This record gives sequence, C-alpha cells and structure tokens, in this order.
Amino acid sequence: MVLNCEDEFPDLVKLVDIVNFREAMSEKSDDYDVAFVEGSISRREEIKKLKEIRKRASTVIALGACSSTGGLNCLRNRFPVEEAKRIVYGKDAAVRKIKDTIRARPIDSVIEVDHYIHGCPITKEEFLSTLKALLLGKTPEVPNHPVCVDCKMAGNICVFERGATCMGPVTRAGCNAICITYGSICWGCRGTVDDPNVDAHEETLRRYGLTADSVTRSLDLYGGCTVRKKTGRGD
Amino acid sequence: MHRDHDINVHEVTRVEGHGNIVINVRKGRVEELRLEIIESPRFFEAMLRGRRYDEAQHIMSRICGICAVSHTSASVKAVESATGMRISKRARLLRELAFCGETLQSHILHLYFLVLPDFFSVGSIVPLIKSHPEIAKMGLGLKKLANEICRIVGGRHVHPISIFPGGVVHVPKPRELKDLKKALTGSFERLERTIELFEGFEVPDFEGSREFISLRAAKGYPFYEGDPFSSMDASIGQESYTKRIKEYTVPHSTAKHARTSHGTFMVGALARFNNNHRRLHPRARKAAKRLLLEPGCSNPFMNNQAQLVECIHLTEEAISLIDRLLDMGLAAERPARPRRFGRGIGLVEAPRGTLYHEYRINRDGLIEEVNCIIPTAQNLRSIERDLGEFVVTILDRPRDEITRSVESLVRAYDPCISCSTHIMDVKFV
Repeated sequence: MVLNCEDEFPDLVKLVDIVNFREAMSEKSDDYDVAFVEGSISRREEIKKLKEIRKRASTVIALGACSSTGGLNCLRNRFPVEEAKRIVYGKDAAVRKIKDTIRARPIDSVIEVDHYIHGCPITKEEFLSTLKALLLGKTPEVPNHPVCVDCKMAGNICVFERGATCMGPVTRAGCNAICITYGSICWGCRGTVDDPNVDAHEETLRRYGLTADSVTRSLDLYGGCTVRKKTGRGD
Repeated sequence: MHRDHDINVHEVTRVEGHGNIVINVRKGRVEELRLEIIESPRFFEAMLRGRRYDEAQHIMSRICGICAVSHTSASVKAVESATGMRISKRARLLRELAFCGETLQSHILHLYFLVLPDFFSVGSIVPLIKSHPEIAKMGLGLKKLANEICRIVGGRHVHPISIFPGGVVHVPKPRELKDLKKALTGSFERLERTIELFEGFEVPDFEGSREFISLRAAKGYPFYEGDPFSSMDASIGQESYTKRIKEYTVPHSTAKHARTSHGTFMVGALARFNNNHRRLHPRARKAAKRLLLEPGCSNPFMNNQAQLVECIHLTEEAISLIDRLLDMGLAAERPARPRRFGRGIGLVEAPRGTLYHEYRINRDGLIEEVNCIIPTAQNLRSIERDLGEFVVTILDRPRDEITRSVESLVRAYDPCISCSTHIMDVKFV
C-alpha cells in the first residue's frame, strides 16, 4: 500500500530517508528513528527481532490489521498450534522452521507500540496523515467511534436491513464504511473501538434474527486476539 | 579465475517476502545451493477451516496484497463450483476487468520498482526519481492507472470488496468506465516508451529446457479462465492438477516446493506466453518481436519481457471489456444463491502463474477442507535449479557481479514470498 502512494512517493522520499525497505530497496541500514512494523507475531524468533527494532527506533508504528490487532492470523488460534501445523504441513510439520510457530498475536503483546494504523488493507490517506503528523511533531489521531457513524454519513442503507450480519456497530471507524458502500458488509478489519458495546451489538443481531453463533463468528474473524481482552469474549 | 565462491545473500531484496540465497562453489562445482524461504508459515488453510463459504474470498484475499484479485477470484470460483452457483455474464466481465487491473499493476510494480534498478545499477527506484525523473514518473503513472481499474471495479486498490460468491455486489458507473477507457487508450504511449527502455537492456544468455504450465482457455489469453495446459503433454484437466503437480516440503523452506513427472517446471508470464502466444493481441505480439521474445523461449530472464508484452495485451483487453460492459449496460445485480454444498476447484492465472484453490464445503455451508497451490511455490524448485546452472556460467566474474546476477535471476521469476513481518524503517532528515 505504501508503494501505492504514486502521487506522493516522489515528495515523500524528499522528506524522509527510507533506510530499510527490503521489498523495494537493496540498500539496508539499521540506523533509523521510525519503524513501521507489518504482520503479527507468528514465531519465537520474531519476538527477538521486534525487541531489537524497539531498542533502535524512537517511534514504533503498527502498520495494518495483523500488526495492530493480530488480524485474520488469529483465526488459526481456534486450533492448538500443533493441529494447525498438521492441517497445513501434514507429517512435515516437524521441520525446524515450522516448529518454531507459536500462537498468533499482535505486536503490542511483545513490545510497546507508539501509534497504530488500522485496517486490512490500511488506507493510504491514514498512512500519509500519520506520517505528516510525525513530521510535524504531533500525535497522529485515531478515530474511536464505530463504523456506523461513517456509514450513515456515506448515506448507505443499513446492512441489517438487507438481512446480513455487520460488524459496523463495534468496529473502529476511519474507512468511510467503504465495504458497505461497495455492496458488502463490515467485516471488522479495523478492530473494535476502545470500549465496544458488544452487548448492544449482540442485541441488534438478535433483533434481526441472527444466532449467537453468528455473533461469535463475526467477532472472531478479526477480533480473535483482542476481543477477549476488551470484553472477556471471543476466541 | 575464481573457482571457489561462498555466496550468501541474506534476505534477497526487491522481491515480495523473505528469502536467502546460499551458494557454495568449490573448484568450479556447485557443492551447496539453497533458496531458503525464511518467511513465517502462514496457515491460511487452517484459518479457513470451519468458516462460512461466503467468508472465504475475504479471508483468502489476504494471502497477498499484490495479487488479491487473483486469490479472491480463485476462491469465489471454487465456492461457485462447490455450490452450483452460476454467475451472470456481466459479473464475469467485471471480474476479468479487475484481473486486467491487477496483473498490470503487479507487472508494472515488478518491472519498474524491482527490476529496473538492476539495469541502472542502483538499489531501488528512489535514486531514479532524482536521476531519471521521467522514467520514474512513467512507472508511477502506469501503476496508478492499473490500480484505478481495481478501484473502479473492486472498490479499492487491494482486497477487492465487490467480488462475491455468486457474482458481484457492486457495478461501476458508465462514466467511470468511459473515463477509464480514455486513460487506458492514452497509456499506450508510456507503454511504448517502456518497451523502448527494455529493448536497450542486455539479457543474460541462459537457456535450459523446461516444462511450462499455465492455463489455456477455449478462447482468448487466459487470466480468469482456462484449463491447465503443459508445454510437454498438452491438456492436464482441472481435476488432474493435484495429481500432476506434487507438492512437498524441504527443510530449508517454509514454502512448499512442487514437481511434475517431468521434474522442474515454470509458471508465470513466460509460461503463459509460450502456451498461448497465438491468443495475444496483435499489438502485444509486435511488442514481443521488438523485445526478441519468441514462442518457446526458455530463458527465465525473459519472464520480464513476457510481463511487458502482457501489459500491452491487458491494456487492449481492458478497453475491449469496457466496450462490452458499456454495450451490455450496468444494472445492479444480486449474487446467485448456493444450490448445493460439496467440493469445488477454482483455477486462475495470477500475475505470477497458475493459482489453484480447492474447498470442501459441508451441509451447513462451512468449509471443511482447503488446499491451495500458489504460483511461487511451483517455481521455487525451478529457481533453485536455474541458480545452480546459471552460476557456473559466470564464475569468472567478480564476486559482487556474481551476487548481483544471481539476485537478478531470482527477481526475474518475480517470486512472491508474501510476508508476515515486513519492516520498513524511516529516518527523518
């Protein structure tokens, strides 16, 4: 997504030195101020690597859903680690590089994170505004109201009225409810707001005739790692 | 002449994902050679298990941020075949248009951001923005337009929203498509200049016989549709794909390797070109001639040129799809409903090659079994073999040059070792 900032990229490289971006650059340096970290923790060795990054960087930013909430990766935590390995790798699950796998988790379970850029995918607007705030020495702002607010402003018909399940009532806004605008539902990719009203959400789901199973199911699509922490529910 | 070499590239750059190259040469002979895939295992097959059939495309799209349309499409096709859903012609054309956008975007990203710096002997596109602003701008402009196709059809650049089992849940406005057509028509000039640019670059002389596998459709050049086809023994058939292509694990890689009864094979742009070159738009065939890309070419470095040829074809294809969609009209539609639950296969040509999803869905609509075969996994064995054969032809060169050359070979395959923990670090100036 960072490389999708086609218009802004030339200006961006004037303002900041990108010193380590293995996917796009051969030059590497470990001298940096700000580290953007993508992906959830999946193996023990990554914890070590992350702690190293935390030591070097004055600011660590969790970039995207996997990094900030654990994301879809936490879906595999529904199975014990050994079983998940068996499902994918069969009898080869004992190979050392696979053996090191642990339960998936967000990076703030291991290091302190200064800022979050939520969502899967992230929006380039939020990436750029976070970067701008940092350049100006300000604290980047993260919305803390539910997607339903964005959705109303976008003028959409409520997903529940269409008879489908939606995570909008508990999910952190900032995406302009784009999935609903394009005919889908809110899947909850930005994680829940700080204090999600899960009881009210559950009541809404019930009112529209949806079962307890579909409540849990929709909560643990993106909330497997974090919803329990916030509400005592989930995975 | 240097006869001994220890080449150790820790984390090959300008590829998607984490991999190391290890080559030890003693007395002119390769003693040890590995492309180590150190990427975290990803477990998508486990993540999807027990989830509802209409969540699959959303989950599986997340396998890759570059070829999300391909994964989404392979996923909905597998679900549609498992549930007996039939999609409208309009929905199919829209998905095909999204494919044009994704493959263009992926190829341009590879050619400009990952490959081009090698030809200019720089580490990334960043120095090119200063030294060759026109070229950098051309690449950025082409990429932006390709992304715009994905946005108009799918709702955003990555992870398409509108592609759903049973059809599409959003249709673009005629105005959007008309504007897009205009921009695409205008992009040929930049594509022509890209061809001129690549005409000027030297390609290492390196050939080796190999099997090429790609889809082949009843008509047209295959992306969204087709049956598996091998350059060695013709049609494979969807149901036989997993019989022909055997996946296995190796100790130095978290990605599986694959082989056929013929041994090593290659998937991707060069394979598609070799198996389907007659189906290319005349303009794309002309581009192939200029780039000295001939049918039957078995030089893996020419995969770059094959991608560029496909960019010409895809731009023509996108324009023709837009014309057909505008003729047909763009009324909103509701996706089809499942008629049964069972087993289904979804095969597409992702930018990097043939992509296979297979699901078994139980009576409650929950996914019980998942099998995915990813293009790069199919190419890994071929990359390793080529590294070994190629490195012995360049042992007389300085070590730095050998390292750079083997890296370019890996890059030409455009591997996508999709990542779990990328890091991008920024230093303020």
